[in-house]
Amino acid sequence: MLFYAALIILPLSGAAATWLIPFDRMRPKVLSLFACGHMAITARMLIVTPPESPGGWFHLDALGKIVLLSTSMLFLTCAIYSIGYLNYRRERSNRTLCVGLLVCLAAASLVTITHHLGLMWVALETTTISMAPLIYFNRNARSIEATWKYLLICSVGVALALIGLYFLAYATIVAKVEPSLLLDDLMRYAGKLSSGWVHAAVVFLLVGFGTKMGLAPLHTWKPDAYGEAPGLVGALLSGGLVNLAFLALLRVYQLSLATNEILFFQNVLIVMGLVSMIFAAVFMARQADFKRMLAYSSVEHVGIMAVALGLGGKAIFGALFHVLANGLTKGVLFLSSGNIHRSYNSKSTDHVRGALRRLPWSGGLFLAGFIAITGSPPFAPFISEFTIVSSAFTQGRMLIGAIFLISLTVIFIGMALTVLPMVMGDVPPDSESTSYRDSFWTVGPPLALLLLVFVLGVWIPAPLMELLREASALLEVPQ
Amino acid sequence: MISLADQFLVLVLLINFISLGTSRLMFSIRAVAAQGVILGILPGLIHPFSWHLVAITIVIIAVKGFVIPMLLGRAVRSAEIKREDEPFLGYVPTLLLGAIFTALSFGFAGSLPMLPVHQNYMFVPASIATLMTGFLVLTTRRKAISQVIGYLVLENGIFIFGLLLAEAMPIMVEAGALLDLLVGTFVMGIVINQISREFSSLDTSLLTSLKEE
Repeated sequence: MLFYAALIILPLSGAAATWLIPFDRMRPKVLSLFACGHMAITARMLIVTPPESPGGWFHLDALGKIVLLSTSMLFLTCAIYSIGYLNYRRERSNRTLCVGLLVCLAAASLVTITHHLGLMWVALETTTISMAPLIYFNRNARSIEATWKYLLICSVGVALALIGLYFLAYATIVAKVEPSLLLDDLMRYAGKLSSGWVHAAVVFLLVGFGTKMGLAPLHTWKPDAYGEAPGLVGALLSGGLVNLAFLALLRVYQLSLATNEILFFQNVLIVMGLVSMIFAAVFMARQADFKRMLAYSSVEHVGIMAVALGLGGKAIFGALFHVLANGLTKGVLFLSSGNIHRSYNSKSTDHVRGALRRLPWSGGLFLAGFIAITGSPPFAPFISEFTIVSSAFTQGRMLIGAIFLISLTVIFIGMALTVLPMVMGDVPPDSESTSYRDSFWTVGPPLALLLLVFVLGVWIPAPLMELLREASALLEVPQ
Repeated sequence: MISLADQFLVLVLLINFISLGTSRLMFSIRAVAAQGVILGILPGLIHPFSWHLVAITIVIIAVKGFVIPMLLGRAVRSAEIKREDEPFLGYVPTLLLGAIFTALSFGFAGSLPMLPVHQNYMFVPASIATLMTGFLVLTTRRKAISQVIGYLVLENGIFIFGLLLAEAMPIMVEAGALLDLLVGTFVMGIVINQISREFSSLDTSLLTSLKEE
C-alpha cells in the first residue's frame, strides 16, 4: 500500500513544489528530480510487486506494469529534456507547464495501478484536463483552437465512457450480485451479468476510450493538439496518454473476454484500427506541417494496436510490445522535432530543409526516429509490427494482413516524402535562424530513448519478456 | 413518490427541448440551471432520508444550479453576446431530431432488463434522451458557450442514470464526477475567455485555421 501511495503522492508533492518555486530556471530541475524519484519507485514496484491493496482497489498487474514502465521512462526523459528546452522558452513562465506535467504524471500512475474502473475513469479525465493548459502553452490563436477542440472532444469522449461504466454497474445490480465496479468482481460475476447491459456498456466504453486514444473516426482533435503543443508535451500525449487510454481499452477487453462480448469487441477493434491506418495513410501524404504528420503517425499506431488487439493470439504480444516501442519512438520523434522547430522557428516543411546540415544531432535523431517508427529493422517497432502481421497471416486472415501491409507501405512512402527533404539537402539561404543550438540537454534525452528503442529491437531482456508473456496471458481467449 | 419523480423527469425532458429550441444564451443557461436544481431534488424522491443524501442534494443544487450557471453567465456578459445566431443546423430540424432521439431512447430502454423497483420509472429513457440532446446541442451550435451548455446537458443525462446507482457507487466516484464537471467547466470558461480575446467573438466556426485542406 505504501508504494501505491508513494507513486501518486510523490508527483503531487512535486506539483506543489514547482508551484511554489518562483524561479523559472529552477523548476525544470525540480521536475526532473521528482521524475527520477517516480522512476525509482516504479523500478522498485516492477522488481518486487507490492501485494494487492485490501479491498482490491489497487493492484499492479502485468498490463499496468508495462504501461507504468513506458510512462515513467518517457516522463523522465521529457523532464530532463525540459531543462534544456525551457531555456529557449524564457519569454513566458513555465509554472503551469511544470505543475500540469506532474499532476498528469500522478493521474497517469493512478490509471496504471487501479483495478477500480470508476477510479480509473476519474484519473483518465484528470490527465485530459491537466494536459489542456499545456497544449495552450504558446498562447496564440492556433493553440487556442487546438486546446478547445481537444478539451471538448476528449471531455465528451470520457463522458460517454462514464455512462458505459454506469451501465456496467447497473448490470451488477440487475444481476443481484454485489454492486461493484472492481474489475475482478465484474469478471467473477461475468456469467450472471445481463448481456444487454454489458453489450451497451462495451459500445460506450469503446467509443469513449477510443476518442481519448484517437482512433479514427474519433481522432479529429489529434493533429491540432499535437501540432500546436510544445514538442515535449506532444511526446507525452502521443507516447503516454495514448497508452493510458489503451490500458483502459485493455480492461474492457478483459471484461469482454469474461462476458462473451469478445468476438463483437474484436471485430469492432479491427475495423476501427484499419480505418485509422487508412486515414493516416491518406492524410500523411501531403502534410506540410511536420508535427501534424507525427500526429497522423500516432493515429496510425493506435490503429496498429487496435488491430493487434482485435486479432488476438500472438498479435496480443505484439500489441503490448508496441506500447513500449511506439511510446519510446514517439518520444524520439517529438523531442527532436521540437529542436528542429526551435532552430528554424517554423514547422512548415517548405521552410525546414537540410536539417542534417544545420542540426546534425537533432536532424539525425529525427531521421532515425522516422526509420524506427515506420517499422524498419533493427528497431523495436519492427518486432511488434512483424509479430502482428505474421499473426494475421498465420490465422488465415489474409485481407486484414494485406490492408495492414499496404497501409504500412503507403505510410512509409508518405512519411519519407516529408521527412527526407526536411533532413537532406542544403539549408535555404533565406531561412530564419534562431539562437537554438544542439546541446547535451536537448539532444541527450531523445538519444537515450533512441538507444533504448534500438536495444529493444535486437534484444528483449528476459524479465521484460517474462512480463510481456504474463501480460499476454491475461488477454488470451479461452479455448 | 414514484409519480412525482417521473413528473420531474418529464420536466427535465421539456427543458431539453428548451435548450434545443432557444437562441438566447442567458435563457438557455437558466434552463440548464433549472435542470440542475431538479437533478438535485431527484435523489431525495427515490432514496430514503439520510444525512448523506442531504449533503448530496445541497452540493448538486449548489454546483449544477448556481456555481456553473454563474460562471457561464459571467462569460456571456464579458463577451457581450446574447444570441446564438446561425447554428450549423436550424432550430426546427434540431427540435425534430431531439424528438426522434427521445422516442428512440424510450425504445432502447424498453429492451433492457430493469430491477423491479425501477421498472416503472422513466430514469433510463430520460437519461439517454438528455444525453442525446446534449450531444445534439454540442454538434449543431456555433458559439463556444452553447457548446459548453451542450456538454452540461450531456453530463446531466449521465447524472440521471447515476441516480439508479446511488447505493452501488462509492461516494468517491460521485464526488470525482462532480469535481471533473466543475473543473472542466472552469477550464472551458478560461478557454472561452481566451477565444473571445483572440478572435473578439465566441464563434468557434472562426476556429478554422487548423482545418485540413
